[in-house]
Amino acid sequence: MIKAILIFNNHGKPRLIRFYQYFAEDMQQQIIRETFHLVSKRDDNVCNFLEGGSLIGGSDYKLIYRHYATLYFVFCVDSSESELGILDLIQVFVETLDKCFENVCELDLIFHMDKVHYILQEVVMGGMVLETNMNEIVAQVELQNRMEKSEVSDQ
Amino acid sequence: MALKIVKGSIDRMFDKNLQDLVRGIRNHKEDEAKYISTCIDEIKQELKQDNIAVKANAVCKLTYLQMLGYDVSWAAFNIVEVMSSSKFTYKRIGYLAASQCFHEGTDVIMLTTNQIRKDLSSPHQYDTGVALTGLSCFVTPDLARDLANDIMTLMSHTKPYIRKKAVLIMYKVFLKYPESLRPAFPRLKEKLEDPDPGVQSAAVNVICELARRNPKNYLSLAPLFFKLMTSSTNNWVLIKIIKLFGALTPLEPRLGKKLIEPLTNLIHSTSAMSLLYECVNTVIAVLISLSSGMPNHSASIQLCVQKLRILIEDSDQNLKYLGLLAMSKILKTHPKSVQSHKDLILQCLDDKDESIRLRALDLLYGMVSKKNLMEIVKKLMLHVDKAEGTTYRDELLTKIIDICSQSNYQYITNFEWYISILVELTRLEGTRHGHLIASQMLDVAIRVKAIRGFAVAQMATLLDNAHLLTGNTQRNGICEVLYAAAWICGEFSEHLEDPMQTLEAMLRPKVATLPGHIQAVYVQNAAKLFATVLRKHEGETDSHAAQETSQLLIDRLPLFVQSANLEVQERASCILQLVKYIQKLQQKKVEVAEEVTALFAGELNPVAPKAQKKVPVPEGLDLDAWINKPPSESESEDEKPKAVFAKEEPKHSRSRHTEVDEKELARRREARKREQANNPFYIKASPSSQKVYDAPGVEHIPVVQIDLSVPLKVPGMPMSDQYLKLEEERRQKEKAERKKEKKKKREKRGKERKADSGPESEEDIAPAHQVDIVTEEMPENALPSDDDDKDPNDPHKALDIDLDKPLADSEKLPVRTHRPEVLKSPAEDRVNESIPQETKKRSGKEKKEKKKGKEKDRKRSKEEKKKKKHKEVEEELLESHPEEAVQSEETKEAATPPTSTSAEASELDFWLCSAPVPPAAQEETAPSSAAAVDTSSAAAPESEPDEPKDAEPEDTKSSKHKKKKQKKEKEEKEKKKKKRHHHHHHHSNAGGEDSVQNGTVEEEEPLPPMSNYFLLAENSYIKMVYDIQGNHQDESKVVVSVIFENKSDSFLKSMEFNVLDSLNSKLQRPEGAGAHDSLTVPFQLPPGISNEAHFVFSVQSIVMPQKLKGTLTFIVKSDESSTHEKLDFKLHFTCTSYLITTPCYL
Repeated sequence: MIKAILIFNNHGKPRLIRFYQYFAEDMQQQIIRETFHLVSKRDDNVCNFLEGGSLIGGSDYKLIYRHYATLYFVFCVDSSESELGILDLIQVFVETLDKCFENVCELDLIFHMDKVHYILQEVVMGGMVLETNMNEIVAQVELQNRMEKSEVSDQ
Repeated sequence: MALKIVKGSIDRMFDKNLQDLVRGIRNHKEDEAKYISTCIDEIKQELKQDNIAVKANAVCKLTYLQMLGYDVSWAAFNIVEVMSSSKFTYKRIGYLAASQCFHEGTDVIMLTTNQIRKDLSSPHQYDTGVALTGLSCFVTPDLARDLANDIMTLMSHTKPYIRKKAVLIMYKVFLKYPESLRPAFPRLKEKLEDPDPGVQSAAVNVICELARRNPKNYLSLAPLFFKLMTSSTNNWVLIKIIKLFGALTPLEPRLGKKLIEPLTNLIHSTSAMSLLYECVNTVIAVLISLSSGMPNHSASIQLCVQKLRILIEDSDQNLKYLGLLAMSKILKTHPKSVQSHKDLILQCLDDKDESIRLRALDLLYGMVSKKNLMEIVKKLMLHVDKAEGTTYRDELLTKIIDICSQSNYQYITNFEWYISILVELTRLEGTRHGHLIASQMLDVAIRVKAIRGFAVAQMATLLDNAHLLTGNTQRNGICEVLYAAAWICGEFSEHLEDPMQTLEAMLRPKVATLPGHIQAVYVQNAAKLFATVLRKHEGETDSHAAQETSQLLIDRLPLFVQSANLEVQERASCILQLVKYIQKLQQKKVEVAEEVTALFAGELNPVAPKAQKKVPVPEGLDLDAWINKPPSESESEDEKPKAVFAKEEPKHSRSRHTEVDEKELARRREARKREQANNPFYIKASPSSQKVYDAPGVEHIPVVQIDLSVPLKVPGMPMSDQYLKLEEERRQKEKAERKKEKKKKREKRGKERKADSGPESEEDIAPAHQVDIVTEEMPENALPSDDDDKDPNDPHKALDIDLDKPLADSEKLPVRTHRPEVLKSPAEDRVNESIPQETKKRSGKEKKEKKKGKEKDRKRSKEEKKKKKHKEVEEELLESHPEEAVQSEETKEAATPPTSTSAEASELDFWLCSAPVPPAAQEETAPSSAAAVDTSSAAAPESEPDEPKDAEPEDTKSSKHKKKKQKKEKEEKEKKKKKRHHHHHHHSNAGGEDSVQNGTVEEEEPLPPMSNYFLLAENSYIKMVYDIQGNHQDESKVVVSVIFENKSDSFLKSMEFNVLDSLNSKLQRPEGAGAHDSLTVPFQLPPGISNEAHFVFSVQSIVMPQKLKGTLTFIVKSDESSTHEKLDFKLHFTCTSYLITTPCYL
């Protein structure tokens, strides 16, 4: 199970947070800060796994992250997930974003947090991996966007 | 009206949308909070409007603010409003907001039930999809109960997009509403074979997640997953399944045997690292669950270790990390194979990546042996010096202590070395683990009696140089060691060379700056030292020295009497008064030493941390019963006041009880001491440290000659190295000696005992000191319960549900009785029909089994043949050896696990047992076992009628099969399997109708015994049962599987199995072994454990029954003693035991 997905930038500013277990808002912020603290002090050439922070999970949980330019994509997962699999999944997610936004950059995520959520919803659902095939994800996202557009033009 | 709409859209043009909000926040970096609060006010205004578009926009902005940490729960109702919009665009916004901020405590959730139900059955798949996604995040027990049925319907939706979402969300529903698991499970299982790979993957995902928590309930799905594993090409699915198998194998070792080969193939063939890694992981799990006796498994271990080595050597840090992680799992069961990669792991200790260093540290834990402990710790000590961050350094420190103290200091041969290490560790500045070092010092000093002299001397130095430890930083955790030092010096003060000096050190004014609890120990132990000093000077004509000591205490103690710490104050004033009194007596020349010493007489023994909890409640004591009568509401005056003391009786009996216990304890202790004194294996802990060096094997270590006083003057100087050097010298000497010896041996015994020819075997290194692990640490009759740490709040506990039991009527999912217009949806209709059907199908679980009827029959006919055969044979046996047959019946019964009641289980057994044999192979084997085939074919026609009582261990044939596996056959096997599964599936579906007619018969069928093991021999220590199986690959060989079960509560080791060969049957011994040498059983048995070993016999003629006499010798090792025991047995090779079963698949 995936317990949380966090995206924040090099300064720890959250760009997307998605908890699959309830935490109050202040706790969420604390978790983001702690995770940022853990992740940001690591070099780029060290491994992408991190024994989970104290706030989220426990010994069964791991932080699996990737660092792209200015953004950190962090998945907090338990032992039922394959570490390398999740790394691949992050890659799939980012590539999907790249397709949907055409050359995604941090600004896209800043201004279109809702869209990023909608894309993520096609990848992970309720903490479980829903779809790993990028073409399928993109197709579903686009169909939904088209539906939205048709509704706008109806007005 | 039109005007209003126009006004609305104009308003919207001036509203901020999400982008404007974000831009605004970015432009107000200095007063962000203020800006946001004005935005929230605007949003509140927008939410008050009727226009749903405005509301949706506001909710969207709130979602953003929620991410920034603002509580938006006040808008929950508005979110529900937006969710219920008929437009997908707004609905989506609403559900997103809900999924971000709703939780079980959100009260408006209960308003959403109908809306969600409506969305779920919407004709637009994306409405349904959005609702499912949202629901997955905020489902509550109520929602789960109310919607379970609707979601189950969606599992059969026409669109795979909806199906996969519905399948996934079922997991959340199960968690919140466990009652839904059983009714929904059949459909979930169906989805494992859904044509859409996404749905299939989702189903695998859910079942894996369920099975991970309660694996035993999902064992029956193993064949299905096995099929998926061999057929799927989706790496995600494969990874999940392989992970699942990893969780299942510990419960069913036979599954592991089946898995090894396909997994090994995957390891060889896959290019995906993630898959490779998971395969290796599961193979490791399999190997852990299997006995190590199987010869071909060492190859699997080697393969794993070798692949992991490749990972660790990879430049990709991720692979390196995972390699180390998996390696640590192998380490637990096969430390030898990991130990050969010590170089690599030590190398990882120097890695720049902390995660990797930590993993490598974990591995070190298992790599130590008596031989290399000192070396490894030395290396770690170097790292401690180099480590930059305190966290890593602290981690190193705990690891050093862990490594050294593991399994009761098993690997420490020289405790002086260990004490020095601990003392060296006290030099660490700013560590948090002072208490850890302290507790180690205490533990070693208490348990290793022989080391006390040395320890006390070291501690005295520490106390003397306490200022170095406490030094500059007050909050320094390291001063905790002074606690240990003071206590050790006080408690074992008889070993002190100069107690006076230590006493002086303990009473220095600087001590008052230490934390209270340490001061308290100082004061208390100063009193102990005082007693020692007094006794030392007793009898001296000049009592000057003793009086000086009293004076010292009287001078110094007032400082502590003034302490703010209550404990310190109390102890200090107590002792001060005591000393004053003693001084008076001294002045009167009264001998007081004896009495003062008596204050601290007696030894303190270690007590296990959980000991108190484990004391069983004495019989007849009800802790919940009222001691006094509960105050009755109408407190009548008439009640006898005596009632208060009414329980005097039981009290008495209890105290008597403890008395008896103490006496008994003392008696046992005496008995043990006597026994220890007489037992040559027990190295007695002698009071003086010098004596220990007489222990055999270490005489030549010149430890005594170390001039302790020199290093002690310079505290903290690394001196543990000395011991390392000594150790090396010793080893070299020993090596030389051994070489000589070996030469001699070799001349005598030739190549005998190849396995032991390692450079230095562990046993050779005798520990210099005895560690006392006293049994009294636990109460005499402590209950061995280990369930103290189970979390009662684990939500997955509720999902521990037997899925194979038939469904009861009461278990149907709640279906709405009152249905609004939604009812028309075709899917819905289908559910309402299919549910009861489903239930029916399930409810006849056993029936269903029956229904499989013909197909099963066919399979069974073969079984039956076997059974018949067995029966006949057994009948024969019965005549000739009546008692043996009875015994075997018993063992069979014993071997039948209680869970195997359901037909499903026997199906699983069947699958596990029978590696299907392709026809070709059958032909091959046919002539060899001609006799067998004949019987079976003769029996075949009779076997048609289903005789329930005949059920015989289906295991037998299975085990006979597992041996022969040839690569060529494999492909075919797989095909077969697929076919067979198809059958299964088909039948379970088709069987629905005839179930009713057939159903009743099955009920009487007795439980099928799982194995065919016969009792071999048994005594009070060990029980052996055996089974003989033919061998497909080599007809002249049979394999005898013997299960050894330790019945005693001692440890059984060095088991050797020997059989007197006959002309016809010979035990296969390793090359070079003589014909009468015994075979070592490749494992040891802790109490209550059983394990299986295989012995291969070569057989000349299969038409000759044989009885072979044999002996098992073993060492029974309990805490105090070890004895050599032997058990004779007779192995019966009946002609039938050479039979090879070949199931037929038509």
